[in-house]
Amino acid sequence: MRVLAIESSCDETAAAVLDDGVTIRANVVASQIAVHSPYGGVVPELASRHHLRNIVPVVQQALDEARCSLAQLDGIAVTQGPGLVGALLVGVQLAKALAYVHHLPLIGINHLEGHLCAARLTAAGPPPPERHLALLVSGGHTALFGVERFGVYRLLGTTRDDAAGEAFDKVAKLLGLGYPGGPIIERTAMTGDARAIRLPRPLPRRDALDFSFSGLKTAVANHVRAQGTLSLEQRADLCASFQQAVSDVLVRKTIAAARLQRFDAIVACGGVLANQAIRRALDAAAGERGLALFTPPLALCTDNAAMIAAAGTLRLRAGERHGLDLNPQARLPLCRT
Amino acid sequence: MDLGAIDCDSARRTRACGRRLGRLLQPGDVVGLEGPLGAGKTLFVAGAAEGLGIEAGYRVASPTFTLINEYPGRLPIVHVDLYRLEDHAEMHEIGVLDYLGGAGVCLVEWFERLAGAQLPDHLRVTIEVQGDHARCLRLSASGPRSSALGRQWLAACAPRRRSGVARP
Repeated sequence: MRVLAIESSCDETAAAVLDDGVTIRANVVASQIAVHSPYGGVVPELASRHHLRNIVPVVQQALDEARCSLAQLDGIAVTQGPGLVGALLVGVQLAKALAYVHHLPLIGINHLEGHLCAARLTAAGPPPPERHLALLVSGGHTALFGVERFGVYRLLGTTRDDAAGEAFDKVAKLLGLGYPGGPIIERTAMTGDARAIRLPRPLPRRDALDFSFSGLKTAVANHVRAQGTLSLEQRADLCASFQQAVSDVLVRKTIAAARLQRFDAIVACGGVLANQAIRRALDAAAGERGLALFTPPLALCTDNAAMIAAAGTLRLRAGERHGLDLNPQARLPLCRT
Repeated sequence: MDLGAIDCDSARRTRACGRRLGRLLQPGDVVGLEGPLGAGKTLFVAGAAEGLGIEAGYRVASPTFTLINEYPGRLPIVHVDLYRLEDHAEMHEIGVLDYLGGAGVCLVEWFERLAGAQLPDHLRVTIEVQGDHARCLRLSASGPRSSALGRQWLAACAPRRRSGVARP
């Protein structure tokens, strides 16, 4: 089965062609970071406009790279939500038009389910087992899901305030480092000492699996205010200490969830997993406890369409279809608590 | 019009202040929140949502990414975050301004980004950072309803005995 997928929920306009749910024939992401950086964040209106400008060339490039015509497709998958409605609409409209004109089955996919499926696309090694714990950490989401099997999810914990990726962006802004915050903080942290500055490890209630990153952000703001101007070295130390704090919290909650819910495999995904320090920490902690850890390759951690194609293939195979009345949804929960 | 200020010596008090305001809010009320990153704007909104009787199962979280979160309560609660928006054209495009003054209650973070826009009567709460956890909430009103609301709220937060700075 060959599926074309389109993703436009936030920053990235992306298209991918996937064969049989595993073989990536093309995975094109038109990064909009250059457009957004002067604003210190994603500007939705700009995002919609750029999606509109990028989407046709991006889909065309994906088809070209896959050496495939629209007639050779077996279905179209598109991100339905959650995300910015204006941005989602661009992808959904194109997907519906293509499905209509070329008589192709259409399926709308939850962006979060896409992230959870990215680990199925690992080139090396076996795919994760059907039943696993999933940690999803991105700019807009920080959550732990119990995955019984594809499509059956239980929300085990989520952030009470800021998402982890949002904390990275805001701390980078506090330090005047620019956008996006994740890569800049990781780079700045490399020469820093992670034990230099004592920052809180916000763990709301020991037994609960929720996260909280707002207090950590405030602690960084307090530190910056107390110190005044920071030297390069102090900035590096602060970045390293902040990154360590986020990493510690993510690792502790994930390991606790695996223990409490008796999972022996963990899938960790989302843009924050592009951070090598966090990856290494999770890997070490899982290894110590005999838990199998699955992480998508770097390019599939951040928003992309290959993961939407992976989820789309599974749903299309199961016979699921959406009609041409498919609409984007800004809020689209993956499951109820 | 400046109405006064409320001192909060802890995050818990800031939240409690929000809760007291939440109890007083009426349909169409607009509360604008200003203050730097980490000042406690989302925390304050979480308190206000408690005061508005946010339904069980819903939780106030940062709308920075989603821009607008809505929660059901005694009145519909609209939680807006303008952090990622820069100018009015963008706010018009995504319809943020359409929410203001509607049937629900609007709590808007990074309210200063609406400066210059045509706004309905609103209560502005500026959160000043005075220490690691200490905050001062400065109130200003733009019309009759927000003045009345602000005064009621100040009274609700005033100490029971002795005069001095109002505390929640």
